[in-house]
Amino acid sequence: MDLGALFGNFNNFLDFTVGGLVIGAIYALVALGYTMVYGVLQLINFAHSEVFMYGTFAVAWTFVLLHGTGDASWSLGRAVPILLVALVAAMLMSAAIALLVERFAYRPLINKNAPKLIALISAIGASFALAEAMGLRDRFAKWFGLDDNLANYVAPNKARDVYSNPVSIQPHGLFHIGGYSVTDVDLVVVVAALVMMFALDIFVRRTKFGRGIRAVAQDPEAAALMGVNSTRVVQVTFLVGGLMAGAAATLYMMKIGSTRQNAGFLLGVKAFTAAVMGGIGNLRGALLGGLLLGVMENWGSAVFGSEWKDVVAFVLLVLILLVRPSGLLGEALGKARA
Amino acid sequence: MLLEVDGLCVNYGHIEAIRDISFGVEEGTVTSLIGANGAGKSTTLKTISGLRKVRAGTITFDGKDITHARPFERVLMGISQSPEGRGCFPGMTVLENLDMGAFVRKDRKSAAYRSDLDRVFDLFPRLKERERQAAGSMSGGEQQMLAIGRALMAKPRLLLLDEPSMGLAPKLIQQIFTIVTEINQQGTTVLLVEQNAAQALKRSDNAHILETGEIVRSGTGHELAGDDSVKAAYLGGDL
Repeated sequence: MDLGALFGNFNNFLDFTVGGLVIGAIYALVALGYTMVYGVLQLINFAHSEVFMYGTFAVAWTFVLLHGTGDASWSLGRAVPILLVALVAAMLMSAAIALLVERFAYRPLINKNAPKLIALISAIGASFALAEAMGLRDRFAKWFGLDDNLANYVAPNKARDVYSNPVSIQPHGLFHIGGYSVTDVDLVVVVAALVMMFALDIFVRRTKFGRGIRAVAQDPEAAALMGVNSTRVVQVTFLVGGLMAGAAATLYMMKIGSTRQNAGFLLGVKAFTAAVMGGIGNLRGALLGGLLLGVMENWGSAVFGSEWKDVVAFVLLVLILLVRPSGLLGEALGKARA
Repeated sequence: MLLEVDGLCVNYGHIEAIRDISFGVEEGTVTSLIGANGAGKSTTLKTISGLRKVRAGTITFDGKDITHARPFERVLMGISQSPEGRGCFPGMTVLENLDMGAFVRKDRKSAAYRSDLDRVFDLFPRLKERERQAAGSMSGGEQQMLAIGRALMAKPRLLLLDEPSMGLAPKLIQQIFTIVTEINQQGTTVLLVEQNAAQALKRSDNAHILETGEIVRSGTGHELAGDDSVKAAYLGGDL
């Protein structure tokens, strides 16, 4: 243990903290998907990690499509046009996957009033199926004789390897906080994540449809008696979670630059942890949980070494839940008065 | 007939909750379903609202078969329910709850909406005092008022009231029943489920008595209130 590595030098401390906030913002965006679905259905959508993972591929594919496969190193400014297209593609891709999961893994079970545990198993199944489908995409392409045409996308015989965005985005320092140089990529990640979350918060609290979502979350039967179409509410909940995951995937690819068929797993577990830490079902809790988790695991890796990063994150989760079992901001979409 | 229930059967698993129930509700009237706990009164209302699946029989509203319509579609057609156990949204304020009642209305920014809100506040001044308070923090009686007010905000053609007097102080019970009559006189058809048979029969044009899932007596409110066997079973002998 080396507390000096974190606290001995203020600039190091800022470095780890700001770095943690950046990755934490991505956790928070993905956490929103878990928390919204839980708020409405009291159900953990374990397939949400794959919703995110498909978004990361959409980003990389957009760059391959518009730039080609040649490795390049661009500034953020130069990458912006393609990044915007990639953002739209990732949001559409993730939203489509989320809606598919809702339609085929959940709705048949909900309509039959199946126990929540059955839906949970169905979600885990959907998660594996989606991840494996991505890992076997070269075989699927081969069935249709498209593996040559689509070689750059399906990576024949290497579909399970790391798949990188050909364009790596070089961050540039913009200004300093203490000794830490905040880069343009950091700033875009944090600001974009905050804007998305702010917009979602407004949508849920201020719009008529948002009020319908809160009503279903608080009392589904009474909501039906008010004329709320619960099927539509559930769909929109999945859709919004998917859009947020697609945005998170774009930010993740800006920062990390590569993905693979199991990239959703660890990030999904972290985002789920963030949601639980903040109080699952609570939108602002997801933000707080995400940022806190990002910062804590960075501090943990400074003090204990980076191999302990995940251990620190999950020990923190256990400790928080021991003291506050319903999470930092408490459970439920709108149960705490919004 | 505004509402016609014909040969309705509803099960909970293997248990028959209601068996071959038929009755109608004429437009502009107050109709009551009277019966002991577990007689199937609430199940009947829930089924009319679409919250319970029909095993057999049909429900017709305004000439249209709604037996298998989804709950929100029935609200859109003009059926609104104040559920048993109130069903207020605990995390929303009084004002937000009332606004949820008007969820299907398109005129939520209009003067008509505002005047409906004022009417609810006239009927229940207590709600006005608490309009910014979370429903979950209010007393049972206040939540009951809120649930009725919320159902009114939908401007329904048919208002289903499930045990509106339950758990209320005697003075409030009087007030609630006066309000039911008022609402009816303003043109809303009411289907009322009550254990407080004396009050319900007094206010009803027609009434049906349910026992273990079946209708055993029907008549006008006045007839049933004067009937000796009804008096003995449901009115404690005095009316």
